[in-house]
Amino acid sequence: MKQLGTIYGINGPVVYIKGKTMFRMSEMVYVGKNRLIGEVISLDNDRTTIQVYEETSGMKPGEPVYSTGQQMSVTLGPGILNNIFDGIERPLKEIEKQAGQYITKGVQVESLDTEKKWPVRLLVEEGQEVIGGTIIAEVQETKTILHKSMIPPHIEGRVVEVAADGEYTVEEPLVKIQQLDDTVVEVALAQKWPIRIPRPVHNRYESSVPLITGQRVVDTLFPIAKGGTAAIPGGFGTGKTMMQHQVAKYSDADIIVYIGCGERGNEMTEVLEDFSKLEDPKSGNSLMERTTLIANTSNMPVAAREASIYTGITLAEYYRDMGYDVAIMADSTSRWAEALRELSGRLEEMPAEEGFPAYLASRIATFYERAGLMQNLNGTEGSVSIIGAVSPQGGDFSEPVTQNTKRFVRCFWGLDKQLANERHYPAVSWLDSYSQYVDDLSAWYRDNISPDFVNKRRQIMEILHQESSLMDVVKLIGSDVLPDDQKLIIEIARVIRLGFLQQNAFHPEDTAVPLEKQEKMMEVILYLYRRSKALVQMGMPMSLLLRNDIFSRIVSIKYDVPNDQLDALDQYKEDIDRFYNQLIDTNA
Amino acid sequence: MTIEYLGLDSISGPLVMLEGVQDAAYDEIVEFTVDRTKRKLGRIIEVYEDKAIIQVFESTADMSLENTHTRLTGRSLELPVAPEILGRTFDGVGRPIDGLGEIDYVTKRDVNGDPLNPVSREYPRNFIQTGVSAIDALTTLIRGQKLPIFSGDGLPHNDLAAQIVRQANLGETSGEEFGVVFAAMGVKHDVADYFRRTFEESGVLDHVTMFLNLASDPVVERIMTPRVALTAAEYLAYDRGMHILVIMTDMTSYCEALREISSTKQEIPSRKGYPGYLYSDLATLYERAGIVAGKPGSVTQIPILTMPNDDITHPIPDLTGYITEGQIVLDRDLQGKTIYPPINILPSLSRLMKDGIGEGYTREDHQSVANQLFASYSRVNEVRSLASVIGEDDLAPTDKKYLAFGREFEQHFIGQEKDENRTILETLEHGWELLRMLPREELDRIDTQLLDKYYNHTREGDLIG
Repeated sequence: MKQLGTIYGINGPVVYIKGKTMFRMSEMVYVGKNRLIGEVISLDNDRTTIQVYEETSGMKPGEPVYSTGQQMSVTLGPGILNNIFDGIERPLKEIEKQAGQYITKGVQVESLDTEKKWPVRLLVEEGQEVIGGTIIAEVQETKTILHKSMIPPHIEGRVVEVAADGEYTVEEPLVKIQQLDDTVVEVALAQKWPIRIPRPVHNRYESSVPLITGQRVVDTLFPIAKGGTAAIPGGFGTGKTMMQHQVAKYSDADIIVYIGCGERGNEMTEVLEDFSKLEDPKSGNSLMERTTLIANTSNMPVAAREASIYTGITLAEYYRDMGYDVAIMADSTSRWAEALRELSGRLEEMPAEEGFPAYLASRIATFYERAGLMQNLNGTEGSVSIIGAVSPQGGDFSEPVTQNTKRFVRCFWGLDKQLANERHYPAVSWLDSYSQYVDDLSAWYRDNISPDFVNKRRQIMEILHQESSLMDVVKLIGSDVLPDDQKLIIEIARVIRLGFLQQNAFHPEDTAVPLEKQEKMMEVILYLYRRSKALVQMGMPMSLLLRNDIFSRIVSIKYDVPNDQLDALDQYKEDIDRFYNQLIDTNA
Repeated sequence: MTIEYLGLDSISGPLVMLEGVQDAAYDEIVEFTVDRTKRKLGRIIEVYEDKAIIQVFESTADMSLENTHTRLTGRSLELPVAPEILGRTFDGVGRPIDGLGEIDYVTKRDVNGDPLNPVSREYPRNFIQTGVSAIDALTTLIRGQKLPIFSGDGLPHNDLAAQIVRQANLGETSGEEFGVVFAAMGVKHDVADYFRRTFEESGVLDHVTMFLNLASDPVVERIMTPRVALTAAEYLAYDRGMHILVIMTDMTSYCEALREISSTKQEIPSRKGYPGYLYSDLATLYERAGIVAGKPGSVTQIPILTMPNDDITHPIPDLTGYITEGQIVLDRDLQGKTIYPPINILPSLSRLMKDGIGEGYTREDHQSVANQLFASYSRVNEVRSLASVIGEDDLAPTDKKYLAFGREFEQHFIGQEKDENRTILETLEHGWELLRMLPREELDRIDTQLLDKYYNHTREGDLIG
């Protein structure tokens, strides 16, 4: 590590070096006598600007700045899962061991445990030709996940030496490779990758499989594909974080990367506690076994907040390269954008809209573009799906972060203040939200759930939209004056809202629901609608229909029918028939 | 560290610039001596090689480019702490102003405080009963939570905060020690006096530490006041094992002080002239609430802020709401109806409530009752706007029941006396009495089992109206 400069000025997380230096752009540096981690963000003949990822108080001009020669990178290898890191991949449990309960500055820790021995099974032989991405070894990283160690991208050649199966640390070399230019490189379990550069892939596929979340309003009305992107905007208290937690817990991704970016410390503690206790529905192990957490809480250094998003996505891409489906929860991307704004202000850059830097849109775009369903370099298929929360200031969706995010995501789950006030959760507005994946996924729904799924979804949406325009009238003149067929729409929409869209995250059955049940619930509700409509067309008043408790019984299907006993749902159709016949018998 | 620099190079508002300094550190505290007699403190907010920009606590009046001696202390601002700080009163930067002399300190603490490692936190789960129905039932306060009161000028936020302090059993039941740390930022004298009197009357004054930066005190000190107060709170909670309730009022004055200094530093403003780092800055305060795993004490925060022009989308309440774990919103309409406390429950929220209530904490039906009251009251507002168009007489019978429910709910559930202390069971029972005013099939947020158990169950004399 060479000293290449001395500090000239300090302004919060931004440090200047005077004059021309030999630093490279985006290089990771150590700043000051405490060796705080920093990154070079601009270079010119007069000065070098560095953003520091830790608190700079107490730092003095004249202290040294050291070069590492490397770009800001993360370490990739086994030990990432079932762990919690800060924004630049320093393990928080290690920091606690060294520094106690508070995160003090200048703590030197390795990203991955360098002493732990992992049981490794080698998969290559001497003489074998390998390319970047070739899987060379397997390690059971957690009970749930088999870690596949790969040749780093850009390395290509012939294996000249292979270690025997056995126990190795992340740093011990496993294979030696003679590259095309005859130089020999060693590959160990751990490798580095710069966080701002997407890991290369072979090919990008079109999305065709849904990421099933168990949340009805998402899976049925506004589905997201594996490899897709979604934004959850909402003012405070509308349930963004709750929704991210639900998706992280119950989605059918193999791996979850949860980025707590500028949010509350207690929320990260909650995730850590909850996920360790909760069972992964797929494997039966604890959810943490498939999860990694990146925590830069709102009181942690702001520059690391900017980096945390990139750290998270790089980890996700690494697991995608092994052939896994990875889902990223980024809560909240607005805090990341604000970190950009704060740093931009410190750099005295010309502000664009609302003080945000002009490059906000392009930064958001490059982040979301790293999602996708990919054919990896080694031929496996994997995906990275991004679900980003957006915290619009004042709950106003017209602000720059929401607007720019909307341009680059294909799924928009807008949370509505009014619904949240009524405690209708998840408060996803069915009028503002959209998903552009519905068409891409319709073939999958047809083949795997029901040929009629997309059609039923359309009917549900229609009823909801009709209700919304009827409610405009009701607000003016009351519901009593509406004709009975319109009253029926309002009543069915009520059943849909309470019995289908509203989902109780604290109820053991209702917290996550399989698609098959979602489909059957829609079917029962639409069947009730058709039968009631027939009755109304025969001239029966709605008040008569509502005297029967069938409406409220269908609302509570979500609680009454267990997720593994879907046959019970057929009973409801018989009940509707009975209700229908009974009304005809007594009133015809 | 004995080098003294004579003179300054520029003075502008609360900022002074000193050139030719050696060894100045970012965020270091400096001492000025004006005319060889008057001492002032300042903090280095920017350094360049041999030039330091210093923010002066108190005012820069009387300082000239010639008459000031500057000495670097080599430290950040520190607060001397000891168990004796309970019962004492300090100024905004932690100097005693009650005439009882200096603190015989045990240790000194950096007031900036490092961020608490999320791994070292313990998730808060213990319910604090405040005796205020609207809070206990609907926006439950949890020990270790940060739950602000969003208020407006002229609304009784101080009365509510004082009532919470009086009635909250923070630790008496379990025999644990509790204490209150009170931080006043830019409030009027009578507000500080009101709190002091309340603490005195309820006999807790010897458990209260007060930090006062009043409206007439220097703005720059205001930036340090909450930090100093929270440092004291953390000492009492984590070193002394006490349960500490921190009241911080008024956060709006704090943010305005921050804006004032930001603008003298000529920083690029973001929304409404507030600096771009307002969110991060507020977070460094609010995030200091919590419980540290393995330590007995806790820090619970009730910050009070007055929303400029009652606007909840103003940057101060907006950013606060994104950091804190919920909010209690006071409402001018309810105040107009002479309802105390005028808590508008619909925008109010407690994020930690879900894990601190229910069976084993309060009662099994708590969450369901709360959800139903929210939903039904929200419906009341719809019915009211309909009634204002078509008149109350033309409403459907169910809608009329909603109106009656709404009146009763506001008057007797939200509304209560300033010294009325209701238990949570009384509050929940009251909630059921109100819900019984509505037809059972309207209660769609409560499952059948609970309805069977509570809806039909009435004791004699329980019915109201």
